Amino acid sequence: MTTLTSLTLAEARDGLRAKKFSARELADAHLKAMEQARALNAFVLETPERAQAMAAEADQRLAKGGARPLEGIPLGIKDLFATAGVRTTACSKILENFTPTYESTVTANLWRDGAVLLGKTNNDEFAMGSSNETSCFGPVTSPWRRKGSNVPLVPGGSSGGSAVAVAANLALGAVGTDTGGSIRQPAAFTGTVGIKPTYGRCSRWGIVAFASSLDQAGPFARNVKDAAILLRSMAGHDPKDSTSADRAVPDFEKAIGKSVQGRKIGIPKEYRVPGMPAEIEKLWQQGAAWLKSAGAELVEISLPHTKYALPAYYIVAPAEASSNLARYDGVRYGLRVPGRDITELYEQTRAAGFGQEVRRRVLIGTYVLSAGYYDAYYLRAQKVRTLIKRDFEEVFAKGVDAVLTPATPSSAFAIGEKSAGDPVEMYLNDVFTVTVNMAGLPGIVVPAGRDGAGLPLGLQLIGRPFDEETLFSLGAALEQAGGTFAPARWW
Amino acid sequence: MSRPAGKSKLVRGAQGDWEVVIGMEIHAQVTSKAKLFSGASTEFGGAPNSQVSLVDAAMPGMLPVINAHCVAQAVRTGLGLKAKVNKKSVFDRKNYFYPDLPQGYQISQYQAPVVGEGKVLVDLPDGEIEVGIERLHLEQDAGKSLHEQHPTMSLVDLNRAGVALMEIVSKPDLRSAEEAKAYVTKLRTILRYLGTSDADMEKGNLRADVNVSVRKPGAPLNTRCEIKNVNSIRFIGQAIESEARRQIAILEDGGKIEQETRLFDPAKGETRSMRTKEEAHDYRYFPDPDLLPLELDDAFIASIAASLPELPDEKKARFVKEYGLSAYDAGVLVAERETADYFEQAAKGRDAKAAANFVINELFGRLNKAGIGIERSPVAAEQVGTILALVAEGTISGKIAKDLFEIVWEEGGDPRAIVEGRGLRQVTDTGALEQVIDEIVAKNPDKTAQAKAKPAVLGWFVGQVMRATAGKANPQVVNELLKKKLGV
Repeated sequence: MTTLTSLTLAEARDGLRAKKFSARELADAHLKAMEQARALNAFVLETPERAQAMAAEADQRLAKGGARPLEGIPLGIKDLFATAGVRTTACSKILENFTPTYESTVTANLWRDGAVLLGKTNNDEFAMGSSNETSCFGPVTSPWRRKGSNVPLVPGGSSGGSAVAVAANLALGAVGTDTGGSIRQPAAFTGTVGIKPTYGRCSRWGIVAFASSLDQAGPFARNVKDAAILLRSMAGHDPKDSTSADRAVPDFEKAIGKSVQGRKIGIPKEYRVPGMPAEIEKLWQQGAAWLKSAGAELVEISLPHTKYALPAYYIVAPAEASSNLARYDGVRYGLRVPGRDITELYEQTRAAGFGQEVRRRVLIGTYVLSAGYYDAYYLRAQKVRTLIKRDFEEVFAKGVDAVLTPATPSSAFAIGEKSAGDPVEMYLNDVFTVTVNMAGLPGIVVPAGRDGAGLPLGLQLIGRPFDEETLFSLGAALEQAGGTFAPARWW
Repeated sequence: MSRPAGKSKLVRGAQGDWEVVIGMEIHAQVTSKAKLFSGASTEFGGAPNSQVSLVDAAMPGMLPVINAHCVAQAVRTGLGLKAKVNKKSVFDRKNYFYPDLPQGYQISQYQAPVVGEGKVLVDLPDGEIEVGIERLHLEQDAGKSLHEQHPTMSLVDLNRAGVALMEIVSKPDLRSAEEAKAYVTKLRTILRYLGTSDADMEKGNLRADVNVSVRKPGAPLNTRCEIKNVNSIRFIGQAIESEARRQIAILEDGGKIEQETRLFDPAKGETRSMRTKEEAHDYRYFPDPDLLPLELDDAFIASIAASLPELPDEKKARFVKEYGLSAYDAGVLVAERETADYFEQAAKGRDAKAAANFVINELFGRLNKAGIGIERSPVAAEQVGTILALVAEGTISGKIAKDLFEIVWEEGGDPRAIVEGRGLRQVTDTGALEQVIDEIVAKNPDKTAQAKAKPAVLGWFVGQVMRATAGKANPQVVNELLKKKLGV
């Protein structure tokens, strides 16, 4: 019983039902692990009382034999999800003392299914970042270190806290959001599995908005099966979100272990970017080979507009963000810095409340929507978006079931290594992931190997709209060939 | 579109005639129990901030969901304005900061409105004009800033925030303050017929932005100024007249009109600058990513079309044709749907012209005196109908009918029973009348003599008989008897 925290979610679920341990014991083990891992800064708020109360209820249900799908499973929740009565800040000073009266649909679905809240996980401020360094609560440190080095590494972002909570065994699973790669990139950096489902699969209601047309919630887990179990509970139509899809949620867990014989995997030549490390290229070929030996068919494909995706993304996302963040004005809730008049109140509040990266994106977004620039930037970016979507549609129309790509152009970098320099360097981290958000498609990242320094590397599978099942099947096949990855504990 | 002004519409300046060109943007509150994108109530007069949902207050993570009823109301209005309903329209965000705008943007429709071009026919003393409708779109109202409650702070009431408005944009087809006022009045009538807006200016649910420019007759359009948020029909007229005079004075002085937004000050009766073109906001419109494009199918539009009521223009034409009313009387009666319904009920199976006269003269006069609307009239249409029937069948005279109406107004009751109970039945018994006439003739030999030479004196005798019978004598019978007695 020494390692309740190193169980997989599915193992814990079965153990609870078999009365091998109680939900309370499971929660306490994780709360203790969280306490011991505070150096990682994965959680910005621990909720032990709530966790214990929820676990106690789970134990009652388990005793009565009426266990729900996630009964007693302790989770970390990105601080972007509104949790009723539990402080929710988006890791921004402007919301530093905001406690919502309402529960996001995704988390409400998880509690409905019996999950237990351990606490709120750290993220880049308003989910804007690829390293979790823009949080007002400070950066998250990855549990991974380079061989023979103590240099602290980033866990990726923006859902860095959720990724670390899972990678460092502080939670059995965690929930993040992904606007341009914010689940998949940290999953790749931390050796965890992360999936961004199809746009519309999970409700956005109650998630602090970054870029509404791109934001999607998704799970982190230590293996593909656990991710499938979590997504099933999170997903579903929500009439409170007009962009939520009114379609049935399959039992994703059933896709695990399903044969991938004859599935057609596209290898896009445009994802071979200049300067990409050889070990990434090697990993990609290895992944393709594993799928081939599992029975899949490989085809070279072209997604010709890929190179325009990143610049277009950095127009669309900031444009929406500049408008979405207008509500943080110091008038109704959150931080207020008084001024001589209303304009000064706005200026002082927003200057004090928003960090540098958020201010940068609000300014970019305001600029690209301005009269005289709208056509050249926003409208063109939307056209690019349509072309990117069409690239994928054409590939899928030719019978391709999923597209295999690297998850990131490199392994994790050191804290401070990229945050001080040219922001575009940081933005380039998302080069393989943003296309998926721009096209609204599902994308899963599965760890597949390590680089020379021993850091995990991930591969990404991109699927047809609402065909997450295929991604889970293929992801499980990769996992079976490549294994899972856990950091050695040093904290 | 460029309707020429009639000679009478021109404004005389120091250097000749000027033509005023007016276009209007009317903001009408949609009749709906809930707001455009939230379930909060739209009830008028609630305690401040008592009708505010999480969405209206723009709490983090809240999302708008379109209220289907408001969409149906906009489509209904579009059909009532004989306009094109767009099967696909888009909601956009209009971004600006203001404390009573919680989201930091207003959800509106910019490039793709739900309703396109239509038209409104407006009755004027010298004929009918057609005013083009450019578009109609749905948008959210803002909240209200209150500046007088606190010495150093402003307070915000968000009850109105998110309430659905229809913005109805006219083409620049209006040529005078009178036309503009008549247009707004007619639009108001149509909205009330359709039941899509109460269009009550006092409650602020109909507001107008008025675009005014002036030009020499036949010249191209000149720079316009927009007068924001005018909230009564009278002020619309005053604002246009003062703004036109201001612009003419500038142009006649050799100056240039600067495009700007102005406000009308009712106390001073003039407009003043609110912001110039340079100070104009850049609203950074873009499609709201929280909302899918609004797509309407033919069946939805057809079902609304099938449920449209008879509109004022059609009703007026029918009143003229079916009841033989004058165009003027018909126009008066159809101005409010309640009045038209009242009239039709009162006229059912009776002399329609008499009913129209009675409603317009007696009922309207009495309602005005009491200061109430027809919906609160203590005399029901059936009661008026009965009074009209009593006159038609000769049971009471026209004069008694007015007295009877007043009794019913004050006391209520069945008019026929009142006539019987109070002996108001008119006297047609020739024997009884002859006796009265004989007495009067005998007492007034001089008048009798005059009557032979001057038949107009007959009227004096009629009056005497009516007085003697307390108005109950049948005037026709009296006339005939008098003619016989006096030999005229």
